[in-house]
Amino acid sequence: MTTLSPAPRSMEPAVAALATAVLLLFFIGTLGGTVRSGITSAELNTFSLWVIVLALAAGALALLSALSAFLLALRARKETAGGNVLAARASAAQSRQNTFVTWGFSVAVVLAFAFTQLLLMNDGNIQRTFLQWDLMRASAFDVARAFLVNIKLAVISQVIVLAFGLVLAVARMAPGRAGAPLRFMAVAYIDLMRAVPAVIVLYLIGFGLPLTNLPVISRLSPDWFAILALSLTYSAYVAEIYRSGIASIHPSQWSAARSLGFSYVQTLRYFILPQAIRIVIPPLLSTFIALQKDTSLVNVIGTLDAFNQAKFYASSSFNLSSVTVVAILFVVITIPQTRYVDWMLARAAKRTRG
Amino acid sequence: MAFIEVEGLQKNYGPHEVLKGVDLQVDRHQVVTLIGASGSGKSTLLRCLNALETIDGGTIRVNDDVVSGPGVNLNRLRRKVGMVFQSFNLFPHMTVEENIAVGPVKLLGEPRDAALQRARELLKRVNLDHRASYYPDQLSGGQQQRVAIVRAIAMRPEALLLDEITSALDPELVAEVLNIVRDLARDGMTMILATHEMQFAREVSDLVVFLERGRLLEAGPPEQIFGNPKEERTREFLRQIIEAGRL
Repeated sequence: MTTLSPAPRSMEPAVAALATAVLLLFFIGTLGGTVRSGITSAELNTFSLWVIVLALAAGALALLSALSAFLLALRARKETAGGNVLAARASAAQSRQNTFVTWGFSVAVVLAFAFTQLLLMNDGNIQRTFLQWDLMRASAFDVARAFLVNIKLAVISQVIVLAFGLVLAVARMAPGRAGAPLRFMAVAYIDLMRAVPAVIVLYLIGFGLPLTNLPVISRLSPDWFAILALSLTYSAYVAEIYRSGIASIHPSQWSAARSLGFSYVQTLRYFILPQAIRIVIPPLLSTFIALQKDTSLVNVIGTLDAFNQAKFYASSSFNLSSVTVVAILFVVITIPQTRYVDWMLARAAKRTRG
Repeated sequence: MAFIEVEGLQKNYGPHEVLKGVDLQVDRHQVVTLIGASGSGKSTLLRCLNALETIDGGTIRVNDDVVSGPGVNLNRLRRKVGMVFQSFNLFPHMTVEENIAVGPVKLLGEPRDAALQRARELLKRVNLDHRASYYPDQLSGGQQQRVAIVRAIAMRPEALLLDEITSALDPELVAEVLNIVRDLARDGMTMILATHEMQFAREVSDLVVFLERGRLLEAGPPEQIFGNPKEERTREFLRQIIEAGRL
């Protein structure tokens, strides 16, 4: 006679889920109502109403899910009592699943709702400070146009960094005794530029170089100081990425190329680098996204980029909504890139597995 | 004068002596097989012959020219002495025909179209011309190894080193690779191969060399080594091979 292990506990979790759903609805009602009582403007009034309605609807969904968990738990109990252990197991498993869904969903609703109420609190103080629609609309055009400066700085720097990073990486790997001074200088440069914060490099270059009175270099525009500073800093990171990519190529590829008669440089050029570059594109892209974000640092040396433009609007209106516009612009250009990187990584992982 | 002469070859990896003074002479058109246990130094010996490893003692001569020691144009040496590896080592970012043609184009100065054409002709001889524009990862192990051999031959080498080229293959794919080696031997290519395929070694070799812990223990024609070995360790090794059903 076989003894089947019993169904997992489902009634207690289901009851807890029900309690959670009820508490959720209660929470929405109380918090929503309290915040609403402080609102004076008409449009915020309608907005808060809509938010509360949507939240209550979500809460109702959570309640439904909890109810189904509870009913399934009841059924599991009945089936166990009737001796149908296998069926009870299935019901209990489904009930627990629904319980967890209720909890997860409730957490999400609580967080989202609390966030909206934070915006609406004190008659929408936070919303007015950071998300005032009319100010955002007014500053949007100038800020977006100034954002083109950020894009230009990013693109030019990225091109320079791709080239100079490769030079540094190859110098870092210079073979033999003759290569030692090259290796040393490359390592020193990379260590230095990865240690000093980008904003300090920007400051030193942007304000320091004009003071040196050197020919040409001291008379560049702030844009070019920015490009110089960003390129010098990020080349160090990119050099290390190249190096790790090259090191990840199996030594058997070196053996194969060298055994055909290719020299060290030829092997690097025709066989190692083409393979390494394919591998390092995802981390390179991630570094470039960081570079794109760091273009906003250039405001400290007076370059007229989107952040600087937004600060003009912000200081004249004593409101930060224009700066939120800058944030939104960065989000809009970087998220597609991050998703693209994720997609490339997933595709590469699939290929190596198959 | 032999084509390849090895005198007192010594190779260490740190404190570990892998080759302890090996002497070997290979004539043109000869096929020499190295047999021995793993770690006996077969691969290391081959890799020293085309300077993929530096040596710590002894001399290597190819075609009367000393090719060990400083000041040797190793790239030129490697164009004369080709190598095929156990793990094929094809270039994954190039198609099969590009893998074969890249050496002749970049190193021998052949025009690209002619080199690709010749690549396809060589592939035809090993029945792989229909795979010419495929990438290595789309080929089976046996097919990749056949491409690797063609790639080495495309450089028109004077000698070929084959380092356990069938050891990483599924058994049913071994024959197609060995057939090519048989053809190469028949066409007069000087070859030194390290292998565990004893039947094949017996059939195709002019000289069989038994390596034991970095030393050349016994060398002779296949009938002698396989039929009537003089050394006790050779007999012991062959006994183990026969017991494992590999001879």
